[in-house]
Amino acid sequence: MNAADWAVLLGTLMGIAGYGVWRTRHVRSLSTYLRGDAAIGWGTIGLSVMATQASAITFLSIPGQGFESGIGFVQNYFGLPLALIIVCAVFLPMYRRLNVFTAYQFLGQRFDEKTRLLGAGLFLVQRGLAAGVTIYAPAIIISTVLGWRLDLVVVFTGLLVLMYTVSGGSEAVALTHRWQVAVIWAGMATAVIVLLLRLPADLGLTGATHVAGALGKLRAVDFSLDPSRRYTVWTGVFGGLFLSLSYFGTDQSQVQRYIAGPSLRNSRLGLMFNAVLKIPMQFVILVLGAFLFVFYQFVPPPVFFNQAEWRRHAQDGRFRAIEAEYAGAVAQSQSAIRGWLEARVSDDAAREASARAAMVTANDRAHAIRAEAKSALAAVDPRAKTKDSDYVFITFILTQLPHGAVGLLLAVMFSAALSSTASELAALGTTTTIDVWRHLRPLATTDEMRNVRVARRFTLLWGAVAVGFALFAGFAENLIEAVNILGSIFYGVVLGLFLVAFFLRWVGGTAVFLAAAAAEALVIVMYFSLSIGYLWYNLIGCAACIGLSLALQAILPSRAPVAGSGRT
Amino acid sequence: MTAAPSPDEDGGAEPPDLPGFRTWRGVYLFVFGWFLLVVLLLTAFTVIFA
Repeated sequence: MNAADWAVLLGTLMGIAGYGVWRTRHVRSLSTYLRGDAAIGWGTIGLSVMATQASAITFLSIPGQGFESGIGFVQNYFGLPLALIIVCAVFLPMYRRLNVFTAYQFLGQRFDEKTRLLGAGLFLVQRGLAAGVTIYAPAIIISTVLGWRLDLVVVFTGLLVLMYTVSGGSEAVALTHRWQVAVIWAGMATAVIVLLLRLPADLGLTGATHVAGALGKLRAVDFSLDPSRRYTVWTGVFGGLFLSLSYFGTDQSQVQRYIAGPSLRNSRLGLMFNAVLKIPMQFVILVLGAFLFVFYQFVPPPVFFNQAEWRRHAQDGRFRAIEAEYAGAVAQSQSAIRGWLEARVSDDAAREASARAAMVTANDRAHAIRAEAKSALAAVDPRAKTKDSDYVFITFILTQLPHGAVGLLLAVMFSAALSSTASELAALGTTTTIDVWRHLRPLATTDEMRNVRVARRFTLLWGAVAVGFALFAGFAENLIEAVNILGSIFYGVVLGLFLVAFFLRWVGGTAVFLAAAAAEALVIVMYFSLSIGYLWYNLIGCAACIGLSLALQAILPSRAPVAGSGRT
Repeated sequence: MTAAPSPDEDGGAEPPDLPGFRTWRGVYLFVFGWFLLVVLLLTAFTVIFA
């Protein structure tokens, strides 16, 4: 990185954060602080929802996913548009009609206070830990490749996000999201253009697409019913629908983004904006990864993309031999690709088939050497980080982009980290203030300024928790997966609570509360006694909560409904 | 407790005010149709290039 990169990086990040602070310097109203500007447009709502979902790891990991496994991961988003239609038609009108600050207030109005506290508590535990990972995950990658101190990157990110989130609340979050998304789109477009320009001149876009396709990187959809396949249309539609419904419908970090605005219309259009754009956007990022794969067929790549980890462990001659063998395999693969491209235009089907087989074989050999390199790393140190796909895109950025653009792409990563963290912290602060503090201090509800001050303090507190957790995370193994598991353990039950609230109108608060507690206990017991994929706990938790609610409601004595008594 | 109000009670009162769409149901059908088109295009992409 040179001075131009630093200027672009710091200028972008500080400029956006400063803009957020300056634009919201007069925020005094609780509604504006927690929900955002009442005149916010649907475009800003849409961009804010998008920025909340796309964390830095989206832009670091997904191109690596395209590079390593192809673009089939796009199917994971197939359930998202369908979930957003359900949120628009069912969840959103209810939230707006009840004029809530948090999704859990709805549970309080629909059921009772204990169910509201249960929903809010489950959210705070899960999202509180996830906020730490949102800061930690990109920080570890960026600090590794640039040789920066991890703790400084974590603290810098945390301070920057807290600067505008604490001062301006939800309004500052939405305003900064607009510019952060603009930086992200500009940066990613720059990376795509540079990548296409760096491809061999005789290959071109069409040739690169054919090479990526022939080497299995462009299989976007798979209609297979084989349950062992990780990404298929069916897992994407059904699993994705379920996960997206949990995330967009019940997670306060998203609910807070779209309940803002002057009308139901604006909120709905903001969500429909995402329903239309999300799959194409993920497709472009994955195709970028597939083209990176083609690019590294012609520009010799390192055998292992996390070079810091490689240099730390790969000391002896065995590793030098692997590097030399890999360089030879890549050269062979490149030659085979050129042979196939020539054969393709020869109108000789047999020659083309033979050349294609040679190309695939050469590529498989290079792939096998990469796998051997990872095994060798693990043999030297079983705790070595052998997954390097997250480092593919950042390696391309640092080695191939011109100065200035490197700073811009790093600004993309930091902007994405800041945008999702800001939403999480604002949601955590809001939920703690509205669902917990006001529950304990009901008389303070009318003192608006005091509420704003308390919300600021809770946002700051959650920021400190997230930064502390991110700093601690460096010492823990597999922490990111641990937090994902934690999320799956809680998410299903929370969705079950909301689905009962919306669709099973005869079920009361006591039945659903006991059912949710029992379902959560069941999921935890199953987690410690069974060895099934953790994503299944989303479904199990939700189904158990709904099923037990129905059973308990049939057993428990029925109560006459009382008119809306929920505190807000 | 209180029964959940119907989401349609106020949902239909605010039209989408988009050219070509008079109801939200029309918007949802458009988004669903767009989703089907995207899946169709991705399938064609897979058949052509994979």
